[in-house]
Amino acid sequence: MTAEAITAGRLRRARYRSRVIWTALVLLAAGFAVTLMLGQSFTPPQDVLRVLAGQEVPGASFTVGQLRLPRAVLAILAGLSFGLGGAAFQIMLRNPLASPDIIGISSGASAAAVFAIVVMGLDGAAVSVFAVVAGLGVAIAIYALSFRGGVAGTRLILVGIGVQAMMQSFISYTLSRAPSWDLQEAIRWLAGSLNGAQLAQAVPVLLSLLVFGGLLVMRTRDLEALRLGDDAASALGTDVGRTRAVVVVAAVGLIAVATAVVGPISFVAFLAGPIAARIVGPNGSALLPAALVGAALVLAGDYAGQFLLPGRYPVGVVTGALGAPYLIYLIIHVNRTGASL
Amino acid sequence: MTAHTLSVQQLSAGYGDRLILQGLNLDVLPGRVTAIVGANACGKSTLLRAMSRLLAPRGGQVLLDGKAVHRMAPRKLAQVLGLLPQSPVAPEGITVADLVSRGRHPHHGILSRWNRADDEAVAAALEATRTTDLAERAVDELSGGQRQRVWIAMALAQETDLLLLDEPTTFLDIAHQVEVLDLLCDLNQRRGTTIVMVLHDLNLAARYADHLVAMAAGRLHVSGSPDEVLTAANVRAVFGLDSRIIPDPVSGRPMMLPIGRHRMAGA
Repeated sequence: MTAEAITAGRLRRARYRSRVIWTALVLLAAGFAVTLMLGQSFTPPQDVLRVLAGQEVPGASFTVGQLRLPRAVLAILAGLSFGLGGAAFQIMLRNPLASPDIIGISSGASAAAVFAIVVMGLDGAAVSVFAVVAGLGVAIAIYALSFRGGVAGTRLILVGIGVQAMMQSFISYTLSRAPSWDLQEAIRWLAGSLNGAQLAQAVPVLLSLLVFGGLLVMRTRDLEALRLGDDAASALGTDVGRTRAVVVVAAVGLIAVATAVVGPISFVAFLAGPIAARIVGPNGSALLPAALVGAALVLAGDYAGQFLLPGRYPVGVVTGALGAPYLIYLIIHVNRTGASL
Repeated sequence: MTAHTLSVQQLSAGYGDRLILQGLNLDVLPGRVTAIVGANACGKSTLLRAMSRLLAPRGGQVLLDGKAVHRMAPRKLAQVLGLLPQSPVAPEGITVADLVSRGRHPHHGILSRWNRADDEAVAAALEATRTTDLAERAVDELSGGQRQRVWIAMALAQETDLLLLDEPTTFLDIAHQVEVLDLLCDLNQRRGTTIVMVLHDLNLAARYADHLVAMAAGRLHVSGSPDEVLTAANVRAVFGLDSRIIPDPVSGRPMMLPIGRHRMAGA
């Protein structure tokens, strides 16, 4: 084969990849538009556009501007954050089970957010900062607890599952001791919910996506190299230690900031990467596609929970119902073959 | 081709509390094939990992063209020095062409675009390893011998003047072992690539290497030409094995016949 054939194959893979990404973007935009137009009532597109442009439209200004828009925007931003952060962990540790929502990092951030709100009476950005610090703390603790002259994936995951259980009980305990709490709040911090979303809450999530998401995307090639094993990645000129540090901080930042606002929406971080990998195929990074899949999962999950199911469910319950069977499948499958994202 | 020098000076290295290499010195012959041999757990792989920056030295240093490899930028080092580790991981379902392309990683920064030279390097690497026909196949469908050739192709696509290989023939049957070693000799002769490899089979090491390095207990026991190194006394010292050395009728190089407790003529 000649270099021409290599070029042709590379271009074919690149074209397929960009087609997939553009399709996902279009679908996501369509989903966004639908959630703005169609809730319990229908708002015509021209009214939606006028609300978006800042005009006062009787009725629509409240349903679209106050209810649907903040919800949809937060769903997409949080979904992007969970998808990116989750896939980054899974790719770096070469194991789909090593997702922040399986190994306790999301719960750690959630526990910190609950503690900050309920016990310390904080709100806004302070809660985000608290969640990020706690998320990093949990990540470091898991790493330290599973370190035995090197970190083996299975040990890290088992330690993480234990930490996850501890964090969940800490959340329950804190909520039960809160002076006033309701089921809505409890569900937000245990499973994740977009109820009561406000546009102002989107600001920290957007900032974290720009900063931490940017850091992660710049490491895409190094993450791809890590898929070949640490030694091979290093032999290919990747600074493995530095890449790990950047990826952990950035991914934890993404997960924690989003969690501090909408709670640890169940299994989105866990599902997005493998679904994206299935769609884009093995030749190329699943990182960016995973972000899009994460956004689609949260947007669709929230919409289904509000309007498509009998009764109303918070988004975390819907995504949880999707993720749990996959988790069981994966535990059986990984034990048999050892899988890589 | 510029002849790069790689030299190991008073190197000590290990994992955790365990020091595996202790004050090891080695000068790699530029443009030649060097084979490192020794008993299990004598530090062969550790030496290779320390030489390629995978493991930081506790003492001493590894110098590439007079500069300590542990202080070089990883990407710059990877443009000159390649390493094929013992058990690299092929991502599930990845195609041969894509895996080999990843050898170009050190030639790209965050923003640089893939170009014609990359495609040519990949095509040449596939050609040299006779894996061109496999280019569109998934790596996990290949046989062990094919897969090893693909990994070597990835290291070739990196276009380094020095190539270190950690047991490139493990898990291969004898025909595939010879094929891989022939391929590495081709590479050495055609491109002048300096090759350093860890090998288990003493006779294949003596056959293919210009320079043999025998290690024992984290130290360099002896190094030199196969004739100098592969002697009954050295085999005894390094492996604790009695043996007889005869000239290999095929190559004229020394060949080791182990002496065990059974199946001796006249015994």
